[in-house]
Amino acid sequence: MSEARGLTSWLTTTDHKRIGLLYFWTALAFFLIGGIEALFIRVQLAQPNGQVVSAETYNQLFTMHGTTMIFLALMPLGASFFNYMVPLQIGARDVAFPRLNAFSYWVFLFGGLLLNASWFVGPLFHAGMLNVAPDGGWFGYANLTERQYSPGPNIDFWVLGLQILGISSLAAGFNFIVTILNMRAPGMKMMRLPAFTWMTLVTQFLIITAFPVITVGLAFLMFDRFFGTHFYVREAGATPILWQHLFWLFGHPEVYILILPAMGVVSDVLPTFSRKPLFGYPVVVYSGILIGLMSWGVWSHHMFAVGLGPIADSVFAATTMLIAVPTGVKIFNWIATLWGGDIRGTTALHFAVGFIAMFIIGGLSGVTHASPPADLQQTDTYYVVAHIHYVFFGGTIFGLFAGVYYWWPKMTGRLLDETLGKVHFWLQFIGMNLAFFPMHLIGLLGMPRRVYTYAPELGVGTLNLVSTIGAFLIALSILIFLVNLWRSRTHGQPAPNDPWGGATLEWSVSSPPPVYNFSVIPTVTNRLPRWSTERHGPMRDPPAVPPEPIHVPGGSWWPMVAALGLPVLALAPLTQTLWVAFVGAALLIAGVYAWAFQPFEV
Amino acid sequence: MPRYRLWLLTVALWVAGCGGPFPQTTLEPRSDFGSVIDQLFTGIFWWAAGVFLVVETLLVITLIRFRHREGRPAPKPTHGHTLMEIAWTLAPAAILVFVAVPTVRTIFATAGEAPADALKVDVIGHQWWWEFRYRELGLVTANELHVPLGRAVQLSITSADVIHAFWAPPLGGKRDAIPGHVNRIAFRADRVGVYDGQCAEFCGASHANMRLRVVVDSDSGFGRWATVQLAGPAAPAAGTLAERGKAVFARSACIGCHTIQGVSPGVIGPNLTHVGSRATIASGLFPNDSAHLASWIADAPALKPGSLMTRMKPPLKDDDIAALVAYLASLK
Ligand code: HEC
Ligand code: HEM
Ligand SMILES: [Cu+2]
Ligand SMILES: [Cu+2]
Repeated sequence: MSEARGLTSWLTTTDHKRIGLLYFWTALAFFLIGGIEALFIRVQLAQPNGQVVSAETYNQLFTMHGTTMIFLALMPLGASFFNYMVPLQIGARDVAFPRLNAFSYWVFLFGGLLLNASWFVGPLFHAGMLNVAPDGGWFGYANLTERQYSPGPNIDFWVLGLQILGISSLAAGFNFIVTILNMRAPGMKMMRLPAFTWMTLVTQFLIITAFPVITVGLAFLMFDRFFGTHFYVREAGATPILWQHLFWLFGHPEVYILILPAMGVVSDVLPTFSRKPLFGYPVVVYSGILIGLMSWGVWSHHMFAVGLGPIADSVFAATTMLIAVPTGVKIFNWIATLWGGDIRGTTALHFAVGFIAMFIIGGLSGVTHASPPADLQQTDTYYVVAHIHYVFFGGTIFGLFAGVYYWWPKMTGRLLDETLGKVHFWLQFIGMNLAFFPMHLIGLLGMPRRVYTYAPELGVGTLNLVSTIGAFLIALSILIFLVNLWRSRTHGQPAPNDPWGGATLEWSVSSPPPVYNFSVIPTVTNRLPRWSTERHGPMRDPPAVPPEPIHVPGGSWWPMVAALGLPVLALAPLTQTLWVAFVGAALLIAGVYAWAFQPFEV
Repeated sequence: MPRYRLWLLTVALWVAGCGGPFPQTTLEPRSDFGSVIDQLFTGIFWWAAGVFLVVETLLVITLIRFRHREGRPAPKPTHGHTLMEIAWTLAPAAILVFVAVPTVRTIFATAGEAPADALKVDVIGHQWWWEFRYRELGLVTANELHVPLGRAVQLSITSADVIHAFWAPPLGGKRDAIPGHVNRIAFRADRVGVYDGQCAEFCGASHANMRLRVVVDSDSGFGRWATVQLAGPAAPAAGTLAERGKAVFARSACIGCHTIQGVSPGVIGPNLTHVGSRATIASGLFPNDSAHLASWIADAPALKPGSLMTRMKPPLKDDDIAALVAYLASLK
């Protein structure tokens, strides 16, 4: 029952909390890599006719920046909180399938490493370093990504890497759905779930329905590239537009996969720090579900310039505008949560409020390009880049940082420094507005996105310089954040069970929680178990020492072995060597077999 | 209203310390197509600005008014308020009606239909240059699109290879150039001038260098231009450098990729029959002068990454290049 130590215990762990921490640190590392790529992009664009990197390198940088941030930084950072917090919030000892959970993590790690290996392995493909990283943009439009127009291994890395990452997300998606539906403590009815867990659930349903679509799209592309099929080849009677439909049918739900967890965090953080229940909890939940459902019916708003015809454009304009309604509702509910509260300005609250303030801007610019004719002047320009970053950076990242400052004490047992936290917040807030607000203007003044250079005559040099300065302010703020994490590890104040006075179950156990989470599984009688409301007193925390021994399953190597099979399989087409495929398949099969037959009492 | 926005924009730009001119701005439309889009956007912009102001102010007021103070009584645990929640569901929905109605109207107004007498031009995107074919006039040119003032123009846009997007912002919105599909836009330019644009869909290494220019001529100016373009290529005078250049051209790889009427039939690269009449080369990237022509012919990919006009093998001799330059410049 005591905590195992040492490297092996981490490599074989199936404890949702440790896996959550693994996700956290890995995602943070990828976030830094994606950030460095962004800085290169901004340095190149700081002035017209930039000479810092070549056209080819630039195209790899922006492709890898987008792909890394979306699939390797933001999604897994969200996953780190799903892992750590969901079982605690629902009063469970672990997720439903702990080994599958470990498998998801290792697949994510290996997929991410495979993608990023492309930066260095050029020489193996008779090319220089920094030559074979993916270079087709994060939405990899066919037919540019066909072998004919992209002959190198660049796009192969991208296709295979994303296929692998999809497996990780799908496995985790099923795992969390089963966990949330089946592992709830007695009395934890669906409408008593914390908002974060609810948004996690909606996100997982989006994942298990959206990822199969991109999997199919990528499989077609993979077949085209490796086996000479013609799914997207015009000369063979097909159309590259098919890719766009498949990609955005996945891609739009994907943007909600990225924002809903952040909305969940904010919906948990605001009540805690205004000491008031979430205003209109059912409405926040239902609007989350509605956003999830509606996100399936708007994909063609990414294709208004494709020429789908006025009828299709009108329909997708209407559905896109409609989705702004439940989004707006959430914003009003958050403000109403703060209204009449006793607002404590902790760092976590700063980030949650920053989320609301910035997300409003992103939502409004979204409405301006929900109008197809207006979008014809905006799509594929920096105006859209501004929108993306107000929702991803101002939205997802601010929301997830609120989560970090809120839950870090629970996850590590140490408090973060609040002063450094606020310096971090303000620098990041100013930095992001300097970096991304000018992009609205840059786009309206006619600068397209994905250009490695622009003419001085365009007149956007100064605005771009301002944006680059903003990017470096963001980088500085992230450095301060890292210092804060470091100082907390070395001499942070020990965290009590509940440093903030939270209402939900994760605050009823020690920080960090024991391996078994709850010494006694709690019985839940209302939605805010740890608060006293008109009708209820606060719940009693579980005893510090379990009244009877608790069995905790041991670790296993097999999830990792099975996961290792996937990148090895991917090496086969990359290197065009058949026997490697057999090695990969053998690892995968052996891993799954051994895992299935390994008893739990290890 | 556009005036207000222009004013706001000017202030913003002044703060940012730059003043223009902005040759690719979407905010000073120079055609009917550009103008209706601009009006639509202006309307939506003001709605958005209004909502922004109201909601952010509300947020700030809430934060100030309810910030933590010693001795503040514990907040009332309100759980919700049905009427208010219905209200703030309906309010955005109502605003969106004001956005949606003009949107749909404009969608149908900008669907690319043009009157029968419109000047029809086929636009074909290539990695990384533009081909313009005037069907009725029977002329072909590259990278610089000439259109007459005030007359309806209809562009039929497609691609010879990957997906591009044709975009000349002052004249209106962009449309993708997709292999196997034809997209149409129609506009009527309302001021003589040269308008810059560029490819807007990522299309590979030199996407950033796939620029274009639209020259809006007066009616007579357009007629003069068309007459010149329809004529055969200028024949260089005997004994000139240009004449030697023609001979070099005819025996070099150039003929495999370029058309010069009566000289060579290639269709991989731009038609050069009147290349000397264009102000720029390499899709608007460089001025059309001897120095740039010479270095372009010597090593195009060095000037434009990935360019499909590969380095000549074996390399051309310097005097051959000089002759070629003289010849090309003479093709007015
Ligand atoms: C392999 C095919 C190929 C060959 C051979 C070739 N070119 Fe080109 N050329 C192109 C392509 C493609 C372009 C458009 C490149 C771009 O703008 O990216 C081009 C562009 C040009 C342009 C600029 C035209 C404009 O209006 O922008 C000139 C001038 C030119 N070529 C001259 C020559 C001469 C002279 C030769 C022979 C020495 C030659 N080319 C050989 C393919 C070729
Ligand atoms: C009010 C809600 C929103 C509306 C109406 C909206 C609308 C749109 C539209 C119409 C586009 C296409 C723009 C174009 O390419 O021309 C777009 C792009 C995009 N949106 Fe939103 N959006 C909203 C919220 C969000 C949210 C919440 C996210 C994610 C957190 C998001 C992420 C993106 C991204 C990443 C793109 C660009 C994808 C790309 O081209 O690379 N949006 N949005
Ligand atoms: Cu979308
Ligand atoms: Cu392009």
